[in-house]
Amino acid sequence: MTTVIIKTTTKYLAALILTFGAYIIVHGHLTPGGGFQGGAVFASGLALLIVACEGDVIRERFKKVPLSALESVGALGFLGMATLGFMGYTFFRNVIANSGFPLFGEPTPLGINPGYLNTGGTLPYMNIFVGTKVLAGLTSIILVFYLLLEVRENE
Amino acid sequence: MNFDELFWTLQVLVAVGLLTSAIAAVRFKNLISAVIAMAVFSLILSLEFYVLQAPDVAIAEAGVGACLTTAMYLLAIKKTAAEEVIE
Repeated sequence: MTTVIIKTTTKYLAALILTFGAYIIVHGHLTPGGGFQGGAVFASGLALLIVACEGDVIRERFKKVPLSALESVGALGFLGMATLGFMGYTFFRNVIANSGFPLFGEPTPLGINPGYLNTGGTLPYMNIFVGTKVLAGLTSIILVFYLLLEVRENE
Repeated sequence: MNFDELFWTLQVLVAVGLLTSAIAAVRFKNLISAVIAMAVFSLILSLEFYVLQAPDVAIAEAGVGACLTTAMYLLAIKKTAAEEVIE
């Protein structure tokens, strides 16, 4: 499974795939895609790394990554951003948009425009939280598959 | 070549590619070849979604269908027999 071709391809492609996934997550309110799609692309980059590397390296690298904690942070952060709407409005109200908040809070220009990254209010935050949850969940599925098969072999 | 000709040519090519890769995935005796044929099926299906102006669904199909399921099938086949066993 871990031939020279796969290792060399992974060395150059994994960084590009991870960057593309992060781009899809962060630009979710401007371009096609969003939290789920970007998280799936990011997790497929991590799956490429898991398939291509040896078992001991994988176990050592992923021992320090709190995947289940990241998944919980994604869900709770999404609910927290939705609860922010209770500040004078209703659930899921976009309170940050056009408010002048330094991160993602700039006023959106009217009419046809190329799309500005620093707009959108709570939508980019929700995309980032959903992306965190999706990539942690899908990566932990692949990782459990891999490590369970390793255990079966050792018995 | 105007837009209509290009569109219908692409539709016919996508249909032929989908049929070919699906039949190949069913009929291959080597399981790794069958999994790669399924990945090709998902990739052609995501091209069809993109042509039908649903880039969201195309990205999700390419990420989940072509990459993650392929990785899971490969990890499962890695520790079992690589050839189909006929009783």
